[in-house]
Amino acid sequence: MRIRRNQRRRIVDRIMGVLSVLATVVALIPLASILIYVSAKGLSAINWDFFTKLPKPVGEPGGGMANAIVGTMILVGLASAMGIPLGILAGIYLAEFGRGRLAWTVRFICDVMTGIPSIIVGIAVYGTIVVAMKRYSAIAGGVALAIIMLPLVTRTTEEMLKLVPNSLREASLALGAPQWRTVVSVVLRSAAGGIITGVMLAVARIAGETAPLLFTALSSRYWHTGLDQRIASLPVYIYTYATTPYEDLHRLAWGAALVLLALVLVTSMAARVAGRRASGGNRG
Amino acid sequence: MNVKLLVEEFSAWYGKNQAVKDVTLPVPLHQVTAIIGPSGCGKSTLIRCLNRLHELLPGTRTKGRVMLDGQDIYSDNMDLAELRHRIGMVFQKPNPFSTMSIFNNVAAGVRVNGLRPGTKMEDIVEKSLRMAALWDEVKDRLHESPYNLSGGQQQRLCIARALAVEPEVLLMDEPCSALDPASTLKVEELIADLKSRYTILMVTHNMQQAARVADYTAFFLNGQMIEYGLTTEIFTNPKDKRTEDYISGRFG
Ligand SMILES: Nc1ncnc2c1ncn2[C@@H]1O[C@H](COP(=O)(O)OP(=O)(O)OP(=O)(O)O)[C@@H](O)[C@H]1O
Ligand SMILES: [Mg+2]
Repeated sequence: MRIRRNQRRRIVDRIMGVLSVLATVVALIPLASILIYVSAKGLSAINWDFFTKLPKPVGEPGGGMANAIVGTMILVGLASAMGIPLGILAGIYLAEFGRGRLAWTVRFICDVMTGIPSIIVGIAVYGTIVVAMKRYSAIAGGVALAIIMLPLVTRTTEEMLKLVPNSLREASLALGAPQWRTVVSVVLRSAAGGIITGVMLAVARIAGETAPLLFTALSSRYWHTGLDQRIASLPVYIYTYATTPYEDLHRLAWGAALVLLALVLVTSMAARVAGRRASGGNRG
Repeated sequence: MNVKLLVEEFSAWYGKNQAVKDVTLPVPLHQVTAIIGPSGCGKSTLIRCLNRLHELLPGTRTKGRVMLDGQDIYSDNMDLAELRHRIGMVFQKPNPFSTMSIFNNVAAGVRVNGLRPGTKMEDIVEKSLRMAALWDEVKDRLHESPYNLSGGQQQRLCIARALAVEPEVLLMDEPCSALDPASTLKVEELIADLKSRYTILMVTHNMQQAARVADYTAFFLNGQMIEYGLTTEIFTNPKDKRTEDYISGRFG
């Protein structure tokens, strides 16, 4: 009897193991096929010129996407400079100080913002900043991306801070540390790993946004000349090149897609490493 | 009897649940006072009211006075940081700061309250770790994480951290519940040593421990203080039937 039951347990265990491996493989197929497909299509477009030259006018062969690569970095940088500090502060407020109606409202707005389609964020920024400045600009693009990023950063920060055990806060308060100091030197530091990971993932997410940029930063064939000027970016280039009838431009679009993918992958991986480093590998 | 801390007609609630009921308890200067009683009788709640940590939990409430050197710590002009500097606490479960080194754990409170001129952080850390009977075990790994310390070592680290800020009163919530007999003995010796300079209020489940280290003992039951007196009196000649039942192990 005992033996039979043990045997059954072992068989069930084996079956579940196989099933979960299968599920993992199925989940990985789309990711792997995207990677392989984009690499196959895009690698041929990648060369030194791609990273150093401006795009050529339609019809002329060659040219690169240097301005779009720089542009994407500037846009993501602008968005991060606004979205990350604001998001982290809001997250700290929600997790550590927020009680009552104001916190409820902030949390609600945050949830709603997470659900807003990014194209609508683009239109909203168009209707305000672009219309007011009377032109498309890097600033407007950065703001749109920051708005998309903000709720992601806020909620991860809040969740990560809530994971910090209360006993650590109490230990710090019991030493006479005021609350802000407790938050900065004990709570934030304990949650740093998770927060960094969340922030980097939000950065990776906005790096690929296209729709909001179409209404805000638009695009440009030239080098970036100022934050109040329109600016090129990889996603918008992919979008415009892919919708032209020219074979050459399609190839460049695939190249741009590959570079963007690589940027996002590197950011995500950096997020993992940084997250692990910041938590010091010392969490049980 | 010179009273350092006087709890007067004090009650505490979690929402509607009253965990401490109209308690009046003197804590004499430079003496060890022990609180004993069955699980859930409000011991932790009461001592968490004495450095005003209890009120941080949502929905909690208190009533009554707690006089520290004659000043009510619940009065509006009490500075909480200063209060918690004067009344230190060691928690039931060891809670070292896991992101800081052993050294910085001990230094943390001193940094908050400011290093007194003419003192050196290294000296304070060493002195505190020695008092907590931990120095010899950690002196070669001061800059490592406290995470690799044993539970008992972590608790002694928390004691060192509390001692480093030189509080006037030390609250200890079952400081030995996570310790083995050898560490327990060390902590008890430490408490006896500290008595001359600090006023100590400790919670314990261990009646022998109360008998060994406490000068005064208070017995709690269901949030009420049933009996208070010299430890020798409480253990040899309890006045209340319930105290007698508890210390003779008939319930609790
Ligand atoms: N955070 C909380 N929220 C609600 N009720 C609580 C909370 N903490 C404690 N209580 C209740 O308050 C009462 C007293 O709890 P307390 O922790 O003070 O007991 P204790 O005497 O310290 O027990 P133990 O010896 O097990 O530590 C108990 O009935 C408990 O259920
Ligand atoms: Mg307790």
